[in-house]
Parts: sequence; structure tokens; C-alpha cells
Amino acid sequence: MTAIHVRINGSEIADDLPPRLSLADFLRERRNLTGTHLGCEHGVCGSCTVLVDGEPTRACLTLAVTCDERAVETIEGFGGDPVIAALRRTFHQNHALQCGFCTPAMLITARDLILRRRAGSEREIRDGLAGNICRCTGYTNIVTAISEAATEIGKEAPNAQ
Amino acid sequence: MKAPAVDYVRPRTLTEAVDLLAHASVEARVIAGGQSLLALMNLRLASPALLIDIARLPELLVVEDHGDTVTLGACVTHAAIEDRRVFDPSHGLMPRVAATLGYRAIRTRGTIGGSLALSDPAAEWPAVFAALDAEVILHSSSGRRSLKCSEFATGIFQTKLAENEIIERARIPKLSADARCGYVKLCRKSGEFANALAVVVTDPPRAYWRVVCGAANGAPLVLADTSRLVAEGPRDPDALRGTVGRDLNHAADRHFDEFERNLHTVAAMRAVQQVLA
Repeated sequence: MTAIHVRINGSEIADDLPPRLSLADFLRERRNLTGTHLGCEHGVCGSCTVLVDGEPTRACLTLAVTCDERAVETIEGFGGDPVIAALRRTFHQNHALQCGFCTPAMLITARDLILRRRAGSEREIRDGLAGNICRCTGYTNIVTAISEAATEIGKEAPNAQ
Repeated sequence: MKAPAVDYVRPRTLTEAVDLLAHASVEARVIAGGQSLLALMNLRLASPALLIDIARLPELLVVEDHGDTVTLGACVTHAAIEDRRVFDPSHGLMPRVAATLGYRAIRTRGTIGGSLALSDPAAEWPAVFAALDAEVILHSSSGRRSLKCSEFATGIFQTKLAENEIIERARIPKLSADARCGYVKLCRKSGEFANALAVVVTDPPRAYWRVVCGAANGAPLVLADTSRLVAEGPRDPDALRGTVGRDLNHAADRHFDEFERNLHTVAAMRAVQQVLA
């Protein structure tokens, strides 16, 4: 067992973990944060994407013990985030989800694309979504939703980084 | 699936890390970004007994400008290169390559040292570093040595890295102002591993011309005759195609089938055309 101290969605958490435990299983099984989904468990589907120290990360390809002294954000932690709020609305309006399995990670990935200004065209958005698989929508509505949210965020905060 | 049971240690210094590696009584692996190792462990293709976490070692995060070369620590991430947060010796080639490497959530964790150490034949950095004539500096408890990247990889997932060595950094020559680079990655979906990969670097002031094929059923393949032809300047496409074809024929040990030969030829020709355009 390895002792870790990690900040999850703003709360300081201390725990003692078997090193084999993935960040995704730590979040789901021990912190009850089940919005982080596990599809393939080898880095292909993207459903487990969370933020570690602000950067999108595959929670299935990250051991929880390697997150010692780091900050993790899961979909449950974006309650007050204006970009996620815009995306939540445009996903709803555009029917950009069906079963919802990929949606939490789609939102986190889309937020990162918008904040890094990589959501300026359909091509850019599709490139940026290549690591997140959706088996329901055919992506068209997801791309539209992200494009609308990017435009909206760009108007509100033209200098947002 | 889930990774098998494993022990974990996070040394504070590189010296401590190489000592742990040298004295481990069980199968030990160093882990940096873990973006290949964790996938292999989850699939139970790798089951080390001990992981030595080197991701935060300050010695492996250095970025230094030495005038005519730049050294990048082994734990510099692909995203740091993509975002130009580290010095770029390659006139934009490396950031351009990094942006095509896997997905953003992989690039934020994956490291150049990890890519070189695994030496997946379809990976980008082994071919690009060979094309840039970069070196790797390897560190073990008995000292340091350096090897040209074009010689470091020896085959499919095979390198000259000894069991007790850790890649410490890469030393990359700075391209001169007149240098040009071409890069073509052929794959069916953004971020996938390449089906064919061609990198061209021409730097006349340094008398340097090199064309390298990646995803070539083995270590990065330097196309020697094509490199010489490129040095002579623009050529008609048929001559270029013929020379690339001869270079691919010379590499008989790669056992290219007709489809692969065609892919590599197309990638190499497009990359050369970017440079000669």
C-alpha cells in the first residue's frame, strides 16, 4: 500500500492505496465519483478523461499513486464552470448525446479544446475529438454543440485563455 | 482489464533511481508518463513486479540551450513540445509532429524518453530524432554514455538500452536558418499510430540531408540514396520514386509487401516535396 494525498474537485483527500489501482478505479470505487466512465481500459476510447493539474488525462492509463500531491478534476467538479455550463446547454439543445456514456469525457475534452482555442473550425474540433469515441451520435451533433459553445464563450470572453 | 499487482517507489534523484534499478531483485520497470506501459499492464502484456516512478525527477525535466544543440530531459511531455513550452531546435518540425502524436490526453502525460525507450516502430519520435541526428544520453549506476538515435533503436520494440540504464535526455542539433523539414504521417484516423511515416531534414549550411521512414517493420529506416538525391536539389518525380523504391528494396529484412512499399513511397515523396517546394 502507498499513502497518497490528492486534491479531488477541491477537497483534500488522504488515502492508502494498492499501487495497481488506476486513477479511474480510485475515483469510481473509493470516491464514488462514477461520472468518470471506463470503456476500453487501454487508452483508446477516452471515456475516462479527467483533468490532472488542469490537463486532460486518461484516468485508466494513470495509476492513482502517481497523482500524489496533484489536483484532479472530474466531471462532478465543474458545477460552477462557465465553459462546461455553455457546453451542457449546447449539448442539450443539439441532441449531442444519446446513451450518455461518452458525455462526461466529451465535455471535459471539449472544454479543453475551447480553452486552448482549438475549436475554431469543424476540422479542428473533429481532430481534437479523435481520442473520444461515441457509438451513438455519429459525432455530427457533438461537433455542432462544441462549435456553438466555442462561439458563445469567444463572444463573452474574447481574451479567455 | 486491470493492471496486475505491483510495487511502487518514487525516488527523489536520478542516482537513487538508477541504484534502485541496478539492485532490484525482481523485474523492475521505470514509469514516466505510463501511456504505453499502463496500457500494456492493463492488457497483461507486461507485468513488472516493481515500478520506479521517474516522472518528477528534476534531472529528467531539464531543457538546456547549448548554442548549437538543445538538450531535452527524457520526461519532457509531447504536449510541452506541441505547446512550444520548451525550446524548439527544429524550426517547428517537433511541435508539428507532437500535435499528430496520439491524443491530447495522451500527450499531456507521455514523454519523449518513454517513446524512445519503447521504440514502437510506428512511433513518431524515434524516426524524427533519427532524422534530426539527435543523440540519447543514457544513465546507469556505472555512469553515462550517449548514442545516436539512428543507432539506438535496433528493431521492433528493441533498443540498445541496457537493463540497468535510464534515458536521461536527448541532445538535438539546432537546425540552421536555411534548413527545411518535411513530415508526412499516413494513418486512417487523427492520432492513430502511423501506417507510414516519412521525415525529411535538409540543412545545406551544415551539409546535412536525411530522409527517414518510420513504421517500417523495424527501427527507423534511413533512405541513404534518397538522402543523397535530395542533397542535389529538385528532381523529377519519376527519378525520386525510383530512388525511394531502390532504398526500400535494399532493406530486404523489412519484408515490405506491395501495399506497404506503396505507402512508404507515397509518404517519402510527399515529405521530400514539402522540402523541395
